[in-house]
Amino acid sequence: MNSEMNLERRKVLKVGGGVGLLALFASIGLVSPAMAEVDRKAFSAKSMDEALSAMGVIIPEKTDAIKLSVPEIAENGAVVPVSVETTLAKVEQISFFVDKNPNVLAAHFYLPAGTEGMITTRVKMGQTANVIALVKADGKFYKASREVKVTAGGCGG
Amino acid sequence: MGNPMKIRAAVKDGVTEVKILMQHNMETGLRKEADGKLVPAWYITDVTAQHQGRTVLEAQLGISISKNPYLVFGFKGGAAGEKITVSWVDNTGDKRSDVAEITA
Repeated sequence: MNSEMNLERRKVLKVGGGVGLLALFASIGLVSPAMAEVDRKAFSAKSMDEALSAMGVIIPEKTDAIKLSVPEIAENGAVVPVSVETTLAKVEQISFFVDKNPNVLAAHFYLPAGTEGMITTRVKMGQTANVIALVKADGKFYKASREVKVTAGGCGG
Repeated sequence: MGNPMKIRAAVKDGVTEVKILMQHNMETGLRKEADGKLVPAWYITDVTAQHQGRTVLEAQLGISISKNPYLVFGFKGGAAGEKITVSWVDNTGDKRSDVAEITA
């Protein structure tokens, strides 16, 4: 299912203009041609459903094996620390979403074998919203979600 | 060329923890100046970290990542004195690579 979708996407990229950019990344060693990168379209998704479907995810399972650490209240929505740690085996990908932001997908990480199931970063939040961590482990998708109350948004002027 | 990243990599109990602080405005393309003009989108789209030539992390970023992106991750292996190379590309095609040495 997944690889099929990626193949479709690659065909589209080849006929479109995207191949030039990919080739550029590949030439500077940033992206290996075989890398299972998520469609850049997922980054312009306006809702969780749209983002998940652009990433080829059907319904992620809930699990206690993902520890998502976020502040309960963020006084500054421009810099909200988010951290995910999982005890799931064979973690392949970790993605962060903010469900009320204009573009819900914040970041997508590929973890090659040997890389720990742990990522910390900082996100912007326009308003009180749920931060969602999506983990792909051993071919399956899992998610964890926590609400962050934002007292001053991070996307305004 | 961008501004230099700060990279700290330290190995402990067989796991190397890497902390990266990039310097980048990460403009969303949605923010307006006082005169009402939109500030064009300008943000890092791709980040790669390599240990001795082997990729240990690949990331795609969106506009929701904070200004001066901060990342922490860890991988098994790594020894003091070995090198970590971190590279990024932004949506304007600008790019940057920095190297840090793993400490014990």
